[in-house]
Amino acid sequence: MTGADTVARAKATPEEPQPYAELGLTAAEYARICGTLGRRPTAAELALYSVMWSEHCSYKSSKIHLRQLAEKAPPSAALLAGIGHNAGVVDIGQGYAVTFKIESHNHPSYVEPHQGAATGVGGIVRDILAMGARPVAVMDALRFGPASAPDTARVLPGVVSGISFYGNCLGLPNIGGELDFDPCYAGNPLVNALCVGVMRHGDLQVASASGPGNKVILFGSATGPDGVGGASVLASAAFGGAAAGTESAKRPSVQVGDPFLEKLLVECCLELYAARLVVGIQDLGAAGVACATTELAAAGSGGMRVQLDAVPLRDASLGPAEILMSESQERMLAIVEPAQVGRFLDVCARWEVRAAVIGEVTGTGRLVMTWHGEVVVDIPPGSAADGPVYARPGERGADQAVLAADDPAALPRPADGPALRAALLALIGSPGLADKSWVTDQYDRYVRGDTVLAMPEDGGLLRVDEATGLGIALATDGNGRYCRLDPYLGTQLVLAEAYRNVAVTGARPLAVTNCLNFGSPEDPAVMWQFAEAVRGLADGCAALGVPVTGGNVSFYNQTGTCAVHPTPVIGVLGVHDDVRRRPGLGFSREDPGEPGRAGGAAIVLLGRTEPEFGGSAWAHVLHGHLGGRPPAPRLDAERRLAALLATAASAGLLSAAHDLSDGGLAIALAESCLRGGVGCRVRLPGDAFTWLFSESAARAVVAVRPGAEAPLRELQAAHGVPGEVIGAVGGDSLVVEGCFTVPLDELAAVHTATLPALFG
Amino acid sequence: MLWHADRDLRGVDAVILPGGFSYGDYLRCGAIARFAPVMSELVPAARSGLPVLGICNGFQILCEAHLLPGALTRNSGLRFVTRDLRLRVENNRTAWTGAYRRGEQIVVPLKSGEGAYTADAGTLAGLEAAGQVVIRYASGNPNGSAADIAGVCNAEGNVVGLMPHPEHAVSELTGPSADGLRFFAPVIARRATARAGGSRR
Repeated sequence: MTGADTVARAKATPEEPQPYAELGLTAAEYARICGTLGRRPTAAELALYSVMWSEHCSYKSSKIHLRQLAEKAPPSAALLAGIGHNAGVVDIGQGYAVTFKIESHNHPSYVEPHQGAATGVGGIVRDILAMGARPVAVMDALRFGPASAPDTARVLPGVVSGISFYGNCLGLPNIGGELDFDPCYAGNPLVNALCVGVMRHGDLQVASASGPGNKVILFGSATGPDGVGGASVLASAAFGGAAAGTESAKRPSVQVGDPFLEKLLVECCLELYAARLVVGIQDLGAAGVACATTELAAAGSGGMRVQLDAVPLRDASLGPAEILMSESQERMLAIVEPAQVGRFLDVCARWEVRAAVIGEVTGTGRLVMTWHGEVVVDIPPGSAADGPVYARPGERGADQAVLAADDPAALPRPADGPALRAALLALIGSPGLADKSWVTDQYDRYVRGDTVLAMPEDGGLLRVDEATGLGIALATDGNGRYCRLDPYLGTQLVLAEAYRNVAVTGARPLAVTNCLNFGSPEDPAVMWQFAEAVRGLADGCAALGVPVTGGNVSFYNQTGTCAVHPTPVIGVLGVHDDVRRRPGLGFSREDPGEPGRAGGAAIVLLGRTEPEFGGSAWAHVLHGHLGGRPPAPRLDAERRLAALLATAASAGLLSAAHDLSDGGLAIALAESCLRGGVGCRVRLPGDAFTWLFSESAARAVVAVRPGAEAPLRELQAAHGVPGEVIGAVGGDSLVVEGCFTVPLDELAAVHTATLPALFG
Repeated sequence: MLWHADRDLRGVDAVILPGGFSYGDYLRCGAIARFAPVMSELVPAARSGLPVLGICNGFQILCEAHLLPGALTRNSGLRFVTRDLRLRVENNRTAWTGAYRRGEQIVVPLKSGEGAYTADAGTLAGLEAAGQVVIRYASGNPNGSAADIAGVCNAEGNVVGLMPHPEHAVSELTGPSADGLRFFAPVIARRATARAGGSRR
C-alpha cells in the first residue's frame, strides 16, 4: 500500500468529498468528470482534469470565438501546419520552413518578475523546438503600469533581466518587441514572448503518441514542486487586489528557469531529430506531465500507460497529483520505438540530459497511470484534452458609448511653431516613445551571426540562407488604447501595423501569430471586447491575405474589477528574398541625393493622411486623453503599400523606410534622423498639426536613393499608392519649414534621457 | 570543432574559445569550464606556443585557467551590456592582432554581463609595462574595466583574451563593421602557408 488515492479506492469511497473548487473547477465541471468516469475521480485524476480544464490550457471561454480564425483564414499555399499544433509552420521557399509563436507569461511576471519572464522565454522556445525546428530568435512585447510608479520600478527591471538572463544564455538573439506604459497595466503587466525557429521541410515533428508498444521517455530537468498549479491557480484567475494580499501566496506557483539546461535540451533534441530517433514529441509547459501525456495520447493511438513513480524527482516527497501538476521547466516528452531507446538514451547522455522511460503507448484508448503498481489514473484521454466549451455572455460595456463620444477634436491643439515643437519633444521623450536602449542593451541581438535588423528597427530581420540571401522578418505590435476605443477596429490596426513593420524591411508578410491579453471572461464587457477583437483579427487576416497560424489567450489580466485595456499583441512573419536589399529606418548621411538637388535623398511620405487623433499618442501624452474613434484601418491600402515596399526594396530604390504609427509623421521623422545621425528638412502640404501628429494607417516614410525618384513614382502608380515628396535628408537638425527647427543633439538628449532617469 | 569532453586537440593549428555561457555561468563565469577534459590538453599546448584566442566567456575561461592574468567581474552598472564600441588596438605583435596597425581604432560589439577586467595594481602595471594590454575601449568605459582594458595577452603573445566579439564584426550586413575579420586573418594565413608547403597532415 502506498497510501495513494487509487482508482479502486475511489470506487470504494464514492461519497468522499473532493476539493474541486479549490482546484478551480466548477460544480458542473466536477459533475461532468464524475459522469465521464462513472465514479468520483481519484486525487490524481482530479489534479489532471483541473489543470487540463483550466482556462489557460483548455481555452474553454475563447474556443468558440477562435474558430473564426481558421474558418475565415485566407487560402495560403505557404501553410504547412496551422492552428492546433504547438506552433504554426510556414513554407518560406528553398526547402526551408519557419515556425513561430507568441505566448504570455503575464501573471508569473507580476508575482516574480525575473523568473516569471525568464521562464516565459523558456516555454515558448520549447514550443518551437517541439515542432522540429532550431529556435533562432526571440522577441518580447512588454507593457507596464505608469513608468514613474514605484511598482513599475520593481517589475520592469526584473522582467528585463529575466528575459536577458534566459535568452542570452540560450544563445538566441532578441531582435525586437515593444515596450509601453499605461496605468491600466499597473497591477497586471503584460509579458509576451515570441520565438521563431527554422527547419528543412522534412524535419517537421508531430505531437502524437502512435504505435502501441512504443516507449514514452521524459527527458530534461528532474521534476520538482515548482509551479504546481501554475496554469490553474495563477493564469486562470484574476488577482484579488491589494486587500486580498494573496499574491505572495501564489509565489510558489512561479517556476524557476535553468537556461543552460534548456540549451543542452535544444541541442539534444536537434541531434535526436537528425538521427530519426523520435516518433512523436511534446514540450512540457503549463500543466506539465498531465498535459503532455494527455495530449500525446489523445492525438495518437489513444492509449498510454505511464508509471508516475518512474518520473525522476528533485523532491522525493512528491505524490502522483503533484507530479502531474508540476510545471518544472526544461522538460520534454518523446515517443520512441523500443529498438531505438538505447540510442536515444546515448544521445541524452552525451548532452548530459537526464532521461527516463516512464511508460508506453497502448491501443486501449485509456490513459492509465500507476503509482508503485497501483492504478491512480484511468481515463479516456480525449475527455481531458477536449475540455468544456463555454459561450460566455458578452455585452458592449456602457462606457463604450461615453468613450466614443469624447472626441479628441475638442482638445486644444498646438497653434504655432513653438507649440508644435514642444509637442514633438514631449512625445519623443515620453516613456512609450523614448529610446529603449536601457532595455534592449541588456539583450544579445548578435548571437548566431544572422541578425540583419533588430530593435529599434520596425521589424527584426534574420538571414536564413547565406548563399541566397533568403531571410525572415518579424514584428509584433499591440495598442491597448485603440482596442479600448474599438476592439474590432483596434485589432485590425494592430495587425496592420505589424504587417506594415514587416513590409518596410522589404519582406512579404506571410503569416500571423497572436497573444490575446484580456481581463476576466466572466465579465460580459470583457467578453464582448474579446469577441470583437477576434472577429476583427479574423476579418483583418482575410483582407490582408495572411493566415493566423497559432497563438495564445491570456484572460484574467485584471485586479479586482479593474481590467487591462483589451490588448491583442499581433506578430507577423514575412519572407525576405534577399536580406542584403533591406532599407533600415535610419536616414543615411552618405546619401548624396540627386545631382543638382540642394539637400540629400528625397523623403517621400507614402499613403493618405487624414485628421485622425482618437487613441493617438498626442492625445495620450499631451492631454492624458483617451476617447473618440481610432483611426480607420485601410487594409486594402496596407496591402498595396506592402507590395510597393517589397518591390521598391528589391529594386534597390530605397535607402530608408519607416512605418508611421504612434506619434505619426513627427515621431517617424525624428526616429529616422536619430537612427541615421543625420537631419532632414520637410515642407508640409497642409495643416501642420494634422500632418505631423495624425495616426492615419497605411503610411510609411521612405528615403529614395539618388535617381530613383521617377522609378518610385512609377511603382506608386502601378500599385495605387498615393504619396508626395515632402523634403530631403541632410543637415544636423530636424527642420519643418515654417514651423520649427530641432537640432539633433537636442532631440537625442530628450529621447535618450527618459528611461535611464527612471530606472537607473 | 573540438568537444569539451575529449582529452584531444586533434592536431589543430589554433584554438578559439568562443563566447557563450559555459555551464550557465553558474558558480562564476568560466570557473567550471576551466575543468573541462579538453582543457587538460589545451593548457600545456598554450604554454608551448599554440595560438589561443578567448572571446568573452572564452576570455573568462582563460583567466580562470591562469593562462591569462587577472579576472572578469560583474559590470559596474550591474546589467548585461550589448553595445557597438570603438576599440583601440594597443599591441599588434600577438598571434591574433598582426593584421592591425598599432593604435588603429575599430568598431566591434561588446555583449556581456561580467566584463569588468580587474587585477591587482602590480599585475596591471606589469601588463602595461610589457605591452600585454592588447585592446582598450576607446570611447568610454562600458563596464568599469581597469584602465579601459578590453583584451590582454600572455607574455609570449600567443594567448589573447578579449571581451568584445570580433566574430560579430565580420560584415556590414550582420554587424556594425567588418573590422573584426582581421583577428582571424593571421591564423588563416599561417594555415594557408602551411598547406602550400604541404608540411602537416
